[in-house]
This record gives sequence, C-alpha cells and structure tokens, in this order.
Amino acid sequence: MALNKPLDAVAEVPGEAYRPGWVRAVVRFSRRRRLGAAGAAIVVLMSLCAISAPLIAPYGPLETDFAAQLRRPNVDHWLGTDAFGRDLLSRLIYGSRTALLVGFTSAFLGATLGALVGVASAYFGGRIDLGIQRIVDIFLSFPIIILALAVVSILGTGVFNVIMAITVPMIPNSSRVVRSSALAVREMPYVDAARAAGFGHRRIIFRHMLPNVMAPYLIMLTAYVGQAILLEASLSFLGLGVQEPTAAWGLMLRGAAVEFAETAPWMAIFPGLAISLGVFAFNLFGDSLRDALDPKLRTL
Amino acid sequence: MAYRHASRLILILCLGLSLALGVTLTSAVMAQDKPRYGGELVFAVPAEPPSFDGHRENTFAVIHPISPHYSLLLRVDPEDPNKIIGDLAESWTVSKDGLTYTFKIRKGVKFHDGSLLTAKDIKATYDKIIFPPAGVASERKGAYAAVEAVEAPDDQTVRFRLKWPSAAMLSNLASPWNYIYKAEILAKDPHWYEKNIMGTGPFTFVEYARGSHWVGKKNPDYWDKGRPYLDGYRALFIRDTGARVNAVRGERAFIEFRSFNPARRDDLVKALGPRITVQESAWDCALWFTPNHERKPFDDPRVRRALTLALDRWEGSKVLSKITIVKEVGGVIVPGTPFATPEAELVKLAGYWKDPEASRKEARRLLREAGVPDGFSFTFLNRAIPEPYEPLGIWLLDQWRKVGLNVTQKTLETGPFYQDLRGGTFDVSIDFQCGFIVEPDLDIYKFQSGPTTADPKGVSDANYGRYKDPVLDELYVKQSRAVDSEERKKYIRQFEKRLLDEQAHQFITLWWHRIIPHLSKVKGWKVTPSHYLNQQLDTVWLSE
Repeated sequence: MALNKPLDAVAEVPGEAYRPGWVRAVVRFSRRRRLGAAGAAIVVLMSLCAISAPLIAPYGPLETDFAAQLRRPNVDHWLGTDAFGRDLLSRLIYGSRTALLVGFTSAFLGATLGALVGVASAYFGGRIDLGIQRIVDIFLSFPIIILALAVVSILGTGVFNVIMAITVPMIPNSSRVVRSSALAVREMPYVDAARAAGFGHRRIIFRHMLPNVMAPYLIMLTAYVGQAILLEASLSFLGLGVQEPTAAWGLMLRGAAVEFAETAPWMAIFPGLAISLGVFAFNLFGDSLRDALDPKLRTL
Repeated sequence: MAYRHASRLILILCLGLSLALGVTLTSAVMAQDKPRYGGELVFAVPAEPPSFDGHRENTFAVIHPISPHYSLLLRVDPEDPNKIIGDLAESWTVSKDGLTYTFKIRKGVKFHDGSLLTAKDIKATYDKIIFPPAGVASERKGAYAAVEAVEAPDDQTVRFRLKWPSAAMLSNLASPWNYIYKAEILAKDPHWYEKNIMGTGPFTFVEYARGSHWVGKKNPDYWDKGRPYLDGYRALFIRDTGARVNAVRGERAFIEFRSFNPARRDDLVKALGPRITVQESAWDCALWFTPNHERKPFDDPRVRRALTLALDRWEGSKVLSKITIVKEVGGVIVPGTPFATPEAELVKLAGYWKDPEASRKEARRLLREAGVPDGFSFTFLNRAIPEPYEPLGIWLLDQWRKVGLNVTQKTLETGPFYQDLRGGTFDVSIDFQCGFIVEPDLDIYKFQSGPTTADPKGVSDANYGRYKDPVLDELYVKQSRAVDSEERKKYIRQFEKRLLDEQAHQFITLWWHRIIPHLSKVKGWKVTPSHYLNQQLDTVWLSE
C-alpha cells in the first residue's frame, strides 16, 4: 500500500497547522531538494539586493572618488575600488539589477516565444512543422554566443538590444524542447475532443496544449535565466553589451580590471564571483525544479 | 735565459690572444649593429583600417599596416623627427619670395605593377589631396590653404605654387599620409585607392584578412637599393589590449607601434627582462570632444561652454595618467613646445580654471540660462579602442554628471564610428588630433570651418563639429602667414581662445604620452612623438 502512496502525501506531517498550497509546495521543495533550495535562496537574495539597491549600497554606482583609485578591500570599501575610485560592492549590488533584468526578460521572452512556436509546430504538423523545424535546425547549428554576437552587431549595443540579442537564440532551443512534449500532448484524447467540438486552433493551442507543456517550459525558463546572465556578461565583457558607466558584472570585468589584473585583482575577482554565483544558483534551482516536475524522477 | 724566452713567448701569446679577442668582440658588436637581412616583422595593430586611402583617413589603423606599401614626396628622417629628407624627391629648391617649391623626382622608381613613376603621379596625388573632386574626402586639405597650384612641367619635376609664403610647407609635404598614387588609376576612379593598394613603397601587398591580419612582402624593385632589410611583415589586428600585450609577452608579436600604458610596460619588462626594450616619448596627440552644432541644444555656445567648464583637467591629468596613456594639460599646441600656451594664460580659458567648483557652478548657470533642464540626457559617441578612449569616456561622463547632465555612451568600432562622425549622426563625440611634426599649421588646421548640411564643402574635411566660423578661418590664415614668431603666437592664442572659450566649438581633454615596449631583436626603429612616423619599415631589421 505504501508503494502506491504518492511521495507528496508521505511528506505531510499529521497535525501540522494549515498552510496555503504554495507554502506547502515551497516547504516540500526545500526539504527534498536542498541544493535547489540553496540556489533559490541565492536567487531570492539577488533579487532583494536588486530591488533594494539604493537602500543597501554604501555608495552610488557612478560615484567616483579619485582619491581612492584602485583601493584594496578595506573598511570604507568592503570589496575595494576600481580605477576610477568607484566602490565595487555598490557596483556589484546595482549590477545585479542589470543581470536580473536582462536574465529574466530574455529568458521569459525566449522561453515563451519558443514554447509558442514549438506548440504551434507540433499542433499543425505536416509541412508547417517541417518548415519550422528546418529553420530551427539552422539556428541550432550556431552556438548561442555567435548568434547573440550577430544580433548585437546588427542592432547595436545597450540594454534593450542585448535583451533582444539573447532572446533570439533562445527561441529555437526552447521551441525544440517544448515541441517534443507537445507532440505527445497532441495525441491526447482531450485534444481530439476539442477538435471534435469544433474549437479553433488558437483555443486548442492556448487552452489545451500550452498548459500541458508547462513543466518543460518552466524548466527551460529557469535554465535560461542563468544562461542569459552569462551571455549578458560575455557580451558586456566583449564591449558589445551594456555600456559604461552602467553597472553590469560583465562590464566590470573588462577595461581596467584586465589592465590591473595583477596589481588590483579584486577588480576582476568579485564581479567574476558574482557572475559564477548567480549562474550557479539559477542552474541549481533549474535542475531541482526539473527533477521536481519530471514525473519519472518524482517517483524515484 | 730560457726563462726570459719563455716570458717573452707568454707575453707575445697574451698580446696575440688579447688582439684576437678584441677583434672578435669588435666584429661581433659591429655585426650586431649592422643590419641583417631576412625575417618577417610581426606587429600588433589595435584597430582595422576604415578604408585603405591615406588621404581620406586619419587613423593609425591605416598608417601601420598600409604605409610600407607607399612612398612619399618628402619624409621625416627616421633618425631625427625634426629633420625632413627626400623620399621620392631627390632634391628641391625654394624661390627667394618663398612662393615656389620645385622638386626633382628620382628616376627609375617603379610602382608595384612595374610601371614607372613620373612627376604626373605626384601632381595627381597632390591635386587629389589639396583640390579633391566632388565626393572625394580629403582629411588634410585644410592644411594646404596656401597652395595655389601643383604643376608637373616635365616627368622629373614637380612645382608647388603658393598664394603666400608658408613656413609649414616642407613639413606639410612630408606628411606620412600623403601616399603617392598612380595618376592613371586616379584619373579612372578617384575612389580606387579606398579599397586597393598600388604604390612604390618598400613592401608589396600580399593579403588582407579582415579581423585577422595584413601581409606585405619585400619589394625587389624598391628604389632604395639594399632596402628593405625584412623579407616581409605581418600586421595582426588585435583589439583587446590584454591580448596584444600577451602577444608581445609570448613573442608572437614583436612590437605594437601605438602605445601601451605604464602598467602594461611594467608587466612586460618584468616578464621578459633583457628580451624587451622600452622606448618612450612625449606624444603629439590628444583626445578632443566635439559637440554637433547642428543638434539642439549644442547649437548654443552657452551649452557647449558648459561642457568644457564641467571638466577638471588638472585633477584628470593626475588620476588618468596612472591608468592610461594621457598626461599633460594643454591648449591647441603640444605642451612644452615653442608655440604652446603657458599655464599662466591657459588657466584663464574656460575649462582650465584651477577652481573646479567655481567652474562647475558657472557651467550649471550657463545650462540653466540656456534652458537645459537638470538631468538633461544626451548620447556620447565613443570609439571602441581601449587606450585611452574607454577610460577617458568614463571620466568625461563622470565630469558631466557633476553638472547635472545625464550622459549615455555609445561605443562603436572604427569603421562605424567614422560613419557616424562624418554623417553628423551624433550629439557629442570623441575625436582626436594627432600630428606627425609639431607645427601649428598642421596641429590646428583641423578646426577651421567644416562641412555642414547647408554647405557640404568645408575648409577642413577633418572638422566634424558641423560649424562655420570665418573668423576662425581668418585667424588660421593669419598665423600661417605670420613670419615673426611672436606675431604668430599672438594669432595662435586668439585662435585658441575663440575655439575653446568664446565660441566653444570643440575641446581638448588631455595630451598623450607614448610608451613602446618591443622585443629587443627589433632594430632600426626609433620612437618619435608621433605614432604616424617611421612606419614605412624600410629601415627595420631583426637581429635574430
């Protein structure tokens, strides 16, 4: 009997006070996926930092103090200063805004548009599917960074263009993954029933198919945030992303951080750590979410 | 007795050995100083040429890879940057009234296609530079305002007739930009040289791979017999400073002819020890910034004046010289040279005041008076070259922020950057003025009236501010014609005050300092105050 009992039910503690469903889900997730929970905690912390940057940053992100050029970490500047005397901690805190803005927006747009394309491709099938998938094949044959570089070289630099540059290569990736799930959903009786009832394509796609491919969509979404943060940092490091004086982690790694890598290593170490930690956190969270949402892994 | 013989023998032997050792050492030292033939010089270039036409362009990205393909009429002596010597000109005379310069051209000089060079080629070249046909850009035509006509009475003679005597004429004709082109090609298509190479220089063109390299090989028919010493050269286009330094450190590139900053120099010296040689020099080069006079609110001199008043150049000099290649504060002429404005006078100009707070207060007042709101936004166009453009851009943005301006930065590669600059599609842009020889005519010609939408024909094609100022043009001519140096100084000061202060057209930031660390095996190349000089590479050789 115990074998047939769902694991979710096993986790419930008898007599515990009533908690809303999402709180229970969070508690359950935290207990079962400790690494994922740690990742989520870092993501939440990053988000809080980004939201409350003006309250917690000790200095303005653009505030220069030429008397404090290239200061090593000290009491006044916990993470040291850069070549213009700007406080690294403050720029890192404000930089989390750029990272999360670009990360979330690109990931959301890329995964959502990709999901729509993937579901539509699977639903219509035939020549439409064939045509869409060959286009997707062309895009998938390029590494993401190359596609992003191509897009940014056409559109130019700046936050909005970087978001576009990162979104475009994510669409085909997401569409391919979602399409594979949507192909199975398409054969479900309720989809046939909807067709038989005479519902339009739009209604079937949006109300019957899309909700049933949410699991791969959410997994892609979380995985893409980390990827987008890394891409944004890469583009900014190459001078093709966000422009000075905006605080952005990748941008903090270029210029003087490279020039003074030996004499002022903190200029490269802390932004590097921030990028690693951010990407690591999103990947941990994404992996755990995948494990939690994947029915095969859930029963293990 | 036997002992005495033995001593003499030992003495003679010692003398003989010393003599042999001396001769060997001397010949070894002489051999080291004697140019050695062969080898390929590999050097790094931080940017790529926007076009191949030296007459049109104004960037080292053209000079460094392309100059070895061309000859000039005159050139600056590779050994002495203050001396001018003949290149294609064998000899020259100047008329007593200073209005006619006559040059005898070398015989037997061949273009790389085997055709003979004549005086007609030099006339056609200078006609293109001084009197460019409609639609052809000539960056330095403003520097030749004194020239009335260029003539080629026979195949070996070129004559320049002047409207007024010009002290700068010979320097002007030794410009490293004035590549001698083939008349026949120019007659067919004056734009041909923007995408093709055909010169008489020490190296012929082999290939150009965009984003990668430029290759030249020894010209066996070069007119200066015995030169060049190298078999060829390879210019590697490497934008990233760190990668260029690593290329030198790893001995994959032997030299970079522009400059590294002090931190990079110290890194290389520490890493390579005696295998690296460092040459340093003052630099006839400065970064400027140019507001677009055709865009509001920069059509208002009060707003332009506020932009320069916002800068604390004295502090900027101290702090930026630690991290990049800028250093001296100065006016329009290279600081420390005879025509330069002394500090006591300089501090009276807008943006050079010693009290930065008073200066910024005045800037805010001017902005308010001009109706520019606090937090006003505009875009600053910068060039994607790390040294010193990027740090200087950050500094400028910070200085403008201090007077309530909210400036965003748009950084572009050299090609697109010049497209925007020439097309006038910018609010305020970075710009530069670099000379190859310290001579006021050449240092300030750029700032005469430039092309505008209403009148695309400017006195100076190199002026991107899109303004007309006949008073400034007149002052330029006056200083150029002045024979007495004190009188010339007076006109230069007036020119400077009008340009930087009264009309506030364009603004200098800081002058540069040149540092060239190169592998010790690179010989025959000497640093000069200009990164445009000594780039024909005919004197360069490799000791290993």
